[in-house]
Amino acid sequence: MIETPLALPTTAAKVSLFRRLLTHPTGAASLLLLVLVALASVLAPLLATHDPGTASLQDVLAKAGSQHLLGADSAGRDVFSRLLFAGQFSLAGALLALAVAMVLGVTAGLIAGYYGGWFDSVSSWVTGLMMALPGMVVLLAARAVVGPSMWLSMMIFGVLLSPAFFRLVYASVTAVRNELYVDAARVSGLSDFRIIGRHILTVVRAPVIIQSAMVLGIAIAIQAGLEFLGLGDLNIPTWGSMLNDGFINIFKSPTLVLWPSLMIGLVCIALTLLANAMRDELERSRGPVKKSRKAAAAAAAADAEGAAEKRGAAAVVHADEPNENAGELLLEVTDLGVGYDQPDGSTTHVVNHVGLTVRRGEVHGLVGESGSGKTQTAFSILRLLPQGGRITGGSIFFEGKDLAHLSEKEMTKVRGKRIAYIPQEPMSNLDGAFTIGSQLTEPMRVCLGISKADARRRALALLAKVGIPNPERTFNAYPHQISGGMAQRVLIAGAVSCEPDLLIADEPTTALDVTVQAEVLNLLRELQDELNMGVILVTHNFGVVADLCDRVSVMQTGRVVETGPVRAIFNDARHPYTRQLLDAILEDTAPRGKYTAGKATAAPADGQSAGPMELKGVTS
Amino acid sequence: MYRFVLRRLFSGVLLLFVITTVAYLLLYAGGGDIARRIVGPTASDAQVALKASQLGLDRPLLVQYWDWLTSALTGDLGRSWFNGQLVSASVSSRVSVTISLVLGATIIAAVVSIVVAVWAAVRRGWVDRVVQFVGVLGFAIPGFLIALGLVSLFALNLKWFKATGYVPITTSFGGWAATVTLPIIALSIGCIAAVVQQVRGSLIDALRQDYVRTLRARGLSFNRVVYKHVLRNAGGPALAVLAVQFIGLLGGAVIVEQIFALPGLGQITVTATGQADIPVVMGVVVATAAIVVTVNLIIDLAQGWLNPKVRLS
Repeated sequence: MIETPLALPTTAAKVSLFRRLLTHPTGAASLLLLVLVALASVLAPLLATHDPGTASLQDVLAKAGSQHLLGADSAGRDVFSRLLFAGQFSLAGALLALAVAMVLGVTAGLIAGYYGGWFDSVSSWVTGLMMALPGMVVLLAARAVVGPSMWLSMMIFGVLLSPAFFRLVYASVTAVRNELYVDAARVSGLSDFRIIGRHILTVVRAPVIIQSAMVLGIAIAIQAGLEFLGLGDLNIPTWGSMLNDGFINIFKSPTLVLWPSLMIGLVCIALTLLANAMRDELERSRGPVKKSRKAAAAAAAADAEGAAEKRGAAAVVHADEPNENAGELLLEVTDLGVGYDQPDGSTTHVVNHVGLTVRRGEVHGLVGESGSGKTQTAFSILRLLPQGGRITGGSIFFEGKDLAHLSEKEMTKVRGKRIAYIPQEPMSNLDGAFTIGSQLTEPMRVCLGISKADARRRALALLAKVGIPNPERTFNAYPHQISGGMAQRVLIAGAVSCEPDLLIADEPTTALDVTVQAEVLNLLRELQDELNMGVILVTHNFGVVADLCDRVSVMQTGRVVETGPVRAIFNDARHPYTRQLLDAILEDTAPRGKYTAGKATAAPADGQSAGPMELKGVTS
Repeated sequence: MYRFVLRRLFSGVLLLFVITTVAYLLLYAGGGDIARRIVGPTASDAQVALKASQLGLDRPLLVQYWDWLTSALTGDLGRSWFNGQLVSASVSSRVSVTISLVLGATIIAAVVSIVVAVWAAVRRGWVDRVVQFVGVLGFAIPGFLIALGLVSLFALNLKWFKATGYVPITTSFGGWAATVTLPIIALSIGCIAAVVQQVRGSLIDALRQDYVRTLRARGLSFNRVVYKHVLRNAGGPALAVLAVQFIGLLGGAVIVEQIFALPGLGQITVTATGQADIPVVMGVVVATAAIVVTVNLIIDLAQGWLNPKVRLS
């Protein structure tokens, strides 16, 4: 019966929650209904046409009419008047349960969360115990001992509901307990009492109010249920006891059951909708603060894009060097645009007019700072843009087919088998619920149509090939049992398992330890040579570019600003942004003429990772 | 794996022991008052004392408890104070009705929730909004109101089902299905509403995980990734909420059994509660706690199967 609340926002509402609720359609409507019901109950003595308890033999089950507005029940009592008076008792009972639950739960939650220690473990344990049995069964058992008092029942139910507040407050308090401002308050000598009052209660206030609405609804429902079973106090009118009377007489007077049902149902719905509306409003008030990094980056890119457009910057293109060994053209991206649909119907463009080519056996580096659109370009070639993202224009020709306009079904056949992908962060890119082996073999069986045994043999050979010391053991391991470097090798093995023609590697070494980075880059180079793949290497690291790439495109704010053979870019960078990036790594030590920047001290463009050691590892 | 199962089994038995002990002490602490309630307010003190000693309520509470516990371990839960029937017999003859209701509702809720949640999480947009709104309504309306609505619509007005009565599944499957369909629907709606919210949320989280993109980049279709990988990862939180809901269903079944006149645990609980028939109430608590502990154990094991980190740590 008792719902554990989902984690609620821990920030206090800045603007008055109440005022904002009035502008929320369902919130305002629910609030209005609840106020009306409460008023009608409080004013029952004025509004009621009859005494709620007076029975009348000649009015038994009377129809609705001028005498009785909504008819009379099985004892001839006026339904309308009883409904009003029942509101008093039903609401008061629910409020009693709420008060008990709140006082117990909030107090225990504050103490357990703030002080921890034995009280913490004991109260968590008791909470678990109280939630182990259905509230209804506990109430019935209690009723067997304490008798039919509605007030006692609701107090007991309040105790049973207290975990709802306990868990909420406990979670919020443990979250802020070690925040700096609480520490500061402690250091500056404020008493625990004042810290709890000033800093912690403000944090839990809003979630507690929301939870109260939910708890009130549950209390009204369970109280009505108890009365409906005929186990309530017969001397006081409640919606539940009216329901009981209506149900007994459902054949003789079907509308009797309707009115209390309507009251209970409407009040419960209104309370739940009110809680949801409050939650919506709270979340909206946090909205702008919690804007995701990606969205912010995208927005920044979009802004910058406007500026770039004004400058009318065209990409600097360096001529190809004559090369007899150049492979056939594998991928040709022309005029690619990627955009994200916004809630207001507009589209934020993160990639604009991007063009690039990859030949067989060629490594094309895509360089630029975070948010420059290089990863978005890579994902759009795979047609795996995040939710809300789509290709807004241009073409992606791969072996004569335009991937930008391929059906999802055809695209599925291209992925894995023809175009493969190596992600940046190895651990999060393996599914923790399945063994390494099953994640390696499943796609192979789908793409190549081979048997389980064949797939297993192949997977073990691949694991050995990517330098995993004990393939059998890794095959049977779960992702959390292997290291990040191993995981990246597994992902590389997976990417090349179906011998793709084109490999897209998205910063494949950024998340790895410095010593492992070099090994992984070596592995990539070996595999690329062996399989004669075309590779798109997304990176922000010119050291990696120098080490692996044949061709480079530099991206800034969603566009390619300079592109050409790697030698030309290093020797003769013309775009100011490219120079800036190169200056950032090459500093004053290495002469520009050599693109193998041996002892360069690196300060990567976006300052995200990679110290000087990275370059040493790469190039030595 | 064995250690994991054993540990869970042990904590389950411990929970069962603690719940029944606490319940016994609370139920029997009222000693003399219980006797007073049985013989009635007009009885003399001597009559009350006689009743109390007949029922063994005049002994020290811990002695009573020890007696109860030792016979409970042999399967003897005492006799009803009113009709003298063995508690174990009357509880076990009714437990199957309640379990078939609650289990039926849980299975239906699990299947429907997964289908609806996947639909909402993958499609998003208006589908998602409709699902969320209906979910809030289903969650807000008390289950017994839904049961009342179903009775008046399908049993009284449309006459598709019988309003009341129960046919054991061993007598006739069709008859059983006809009598439990409405109760199961009434029970499952609130449960579905709660589970859909949870599963939808965890699916949306799981769909954002990097491995989804990587698996698709390896050539697996979106549906395959969703139904094999995403669903399995979202399964843990879903099972946890299902366990909580199951406990709620046991409580809801009490009222629903009353509405549909099904001879389940709920029915004897209501009768015994009204009469202060404490041994029967205690028997129901034991049965309910045992069901909860068993279901929690099953769900824990399923969690272990879903999530290797749980199992291997």
